Amino acid sequence: MPVLAKWYDLRDLGNAVGAFLDWIRDLGGPDWIPYVVSGLIGIVAILLWLLVSQLAFIWIERRVIGRMQARIGPNRVGPWGLLQPIADALKLLLKEAITNRYADKPLFWLGPVLIFIPALVVFAVIPFGEGMSLADLNVGVLFVIAITSINAIAIFISGWASNNKFALLGSMRAIAMLISYELVQAFALLGVVIFAGSMRLGDIVAWQSEFNTWMFLLQPLALVAFLIASAVEINRSPMDISEAESEIVAGYHTEYSGIKFGFFYAAEYFAAFAVSGVVVTLFLGGWTAWGLEEWVPGWLIFLSKLYLVFFLFIWTRGTLPRLRIDQLMAFSWKFLLELLFIHILVVGAQVLIWHEGDYPAEVVLPIFAVINWTLAVALIVGWATFMGHLSPERRAKRAVLTQELGAIYYRPADGHGDRPTRPLEEA
Amino acid sequence: MAMKTEPFVVNIGPQHPSTHGVFRMRLTLDGERIIDADMVIGYLHRSMEKLAEERSYTQNIPFTDRTDYVAAMTGNLAYVLAVEKLCGIEPPERAQWLRVIMSELQRFASHLMAVGVFANDCGTWQTPVMHMFREREKILDLFEMACGARLTTNYMRIGGVSRDVPPEFMPAAHKVIEELPKRMDEYENLLLENEIIIARSRGIGVLTPEVAIDCSLSGPMLRGSGVAWDIRKADPYCVYDKLEFDICVGTDGDAYDRFLVRLAEMRQSIHIVEQCLEMMPEGPVHSQITTATAQPGGAPSAPLAIRVPAGEAYGRIESPRGELGYYIVSDGGPAPYRFHIRSPSYINLTPLRDLAIGTTVADAIVILGSIDIIVGEIDR
Repeated sequence: MPVLAKWYDLRDLGNAVGAFLDWIRDLGGPDWIPYVVSGLIGIVAILLWLLVSQLAFIWIERRVIGRMQARIGPNRVGPWGLLQPIADALKLLLKEAITNRYADKPLFWLGPVLIFIPALVVFAVIPFGEGMSLADLNVGVLFVIAITSINAIAIFISGWASNNKFALLGSMRAIAMLISYELVQAFALLGVVIFAGSMRLGDIVAWQSEFNTWMFLLQPLALVAFLIASAVEINRSPMDISEAESEIVAGYHTEYSGIKFGFFYAAEYFAAFAVSGVVVTLFLGGWTAWGLEEWVPGWLIFLSKLYLVFFLFIWTRGTLPRLRIDQLMAFSWKFLLELLFIHILVVGAQVLIWHEGDYPAEVVLPIFAVINWTLAVALIVGWATFMGHLSPERRAKRAVLTQELGAIYYRPADGHGDRPTRPLEEA
Repeated sequence: MAMKTEPFVVNIGPQHPSTHGVFRMRLTLDGERIIDADMVIGYLHRSMEKLAEERSYTQNIPFTDRTDYVAAMTGNLAYVLAVEKLCGIEPPERAQWLRVIMSELQRFASHLMAVGVFANDCGTWQTPVMHMFREREKILDLFEMACGARLTTNYMRIGGVSRDVPPEFMPAAHKVIEELPKRMDEYENLLLENEIIIARSRGIGVLTPEVAIDCSLSGPMLRGSGVAWDIRKADPYCVYDKLEFDICVGTDGDAYDRFLVRLAEMRQSIHIVEQCLEMMPEGPVHSQITTATAQPGGAPSAPLAIRVPAGEAYGRIESPRGELGYYIVSDGGPAPYRFHIRSPSYINLTPLRDLAIGTTVADAIVILGSIDIIVGEIDR
């Protein structure tokens, strides 16, 4: 790894690491040592960052949702309740992790472990700054899609092994949802890959930086679809169907307690950070911000964007009700996928025109942006109308106010026109 | 090749986040679909009806707080109306107005709970219910001002109310009443217009007016099905005949309409309380009978024991959940011979099995939420 600047140049943490690795290389020894050490440094750094962010965001989420819910939130442990996540973690560690007598014990143990893997491994390919990715794979996007699907297996393992009906229902729901939204996710990212012409996440960021645009400006529909699919992937409201509290208690992790539950809890945050990272990298310009990266460390820009996207997930959690599983599936198969098919066609045609015609990017990209925004709005509204989502049966209404005691205002589902008003005797 | 599958039984409750207490639904599921539903009640049975036969008429009033513990005022009112009917006591004017104010505030508070918890059942992560609690708190503060208690109010007395409201009550009530319509706008925009709540509750648990009447449902359950029926209009008690308000009805009879009716009724309650605050006269709050037996020098209050003439009476009111009736039989002794509660929550549960079968688990929770049960009232 070349040393780009002095080790204390914080704009790229790779400088410090590079300097350290050079020092190791100077000490002599086999060639693989700096290689392994560099990997270890990356892993430890990512783990530490995740842990700290997670602890911070447990507190932030609870405070923010507290504000949204017109209450205060945790404020007892430490100043402003800042130590609350640590107290929670300690509590989870000290609590007994009960294993259900009829549980499949190896699988019951495996579930919480497995669920950690995808959430962590995704960060390997995400560039935190220029050159700051643990493994800059040339199939980064494919890797992201592949790895995040492992989630489904972990959830199903834990739901099945618990031998609990709520857990089984939860994992059934999780599998159905994740399979449906896997496609949506892939298609949403496909558009980005077509535009950037590379699956390497670093290249996609560089592409956005080169053309001074962020991908979501060019492909709003893809961003919306990906955000929704990600919310499904990480079980965030309004898609927290597989752990729907009001229906199936806690879904697939109903039977877990103590630190095993803590694993699920933490993995949920890690996965949320992971998809936020992917969103930032692919759609929001990664660690670049229109020249700001010259003055501010790129990793700081990346992290602030990531936290903003994460805030979006907190916000939906504090706001939205939950969909039913069949509605969510229908939304994937009957709504998002169709729109994404059209989106991919249009985006592909645009790239073709651009490259074949050899037009300058300054002219073409704004036109593409306008076309795609118009198309996104038109498609969403048009398809919703076509699917009958705007019909009177799906719209809000108000109660009928009456003084007429005993009248019946019931309108049968097949009836049309004015409401029949009948005296009570005839009912 | 068909896979061999078999239905399985899931117990929703008695310990479950959304059974509103200790109610239990035994659902037989085929995947997510409900093929059979069985209601199990009795986990909160406290034998109130039997206990009431051993206690004097005044001692029974606190029991009525604890049947419908979310709407204690209306419980009090229905009971004292029944006893007054039996005794032939006419409470003084001011007491009647106070009763209406309290029961409408109580209706508002109770509907806040119902609406918030329904939104919770639809899957919001506590947010609406927390906002509802904020408003409910203000009403409970008013109750505290009036009678010292917030939840189990024990405010109504046979022949009046326990005490007149303090002077600071009126400005406080005016202030609360002015705030609430703004909140109502907020709730209607956020909840009624919410796409996901519409998707979750419209067309779910449809009750036709025929079925609703056959099940002898009442309250928002009946009005949600489009039947304009309200005891406050049909059999006016206290001073409801002097007040102006509308009956709110739905048109589709689904969970959304029941939810809608509750929100609309909250507006009507505000309107009623506004009128009451305007029109309430000054005067005593106890009838002659009760003040005559008061301790000399002490504050006038209902006597602990009264003997009620032999006979029977049924006092009914429109409680937040429907027709709440108290049926009292007296043999002239110090305690009721028979004390029966017609509790709307219990009767409103009747169609739940039919509504739940054929839907999914998620829908069943929404349907149960739209019925708005209070287990204390079901089991008594």
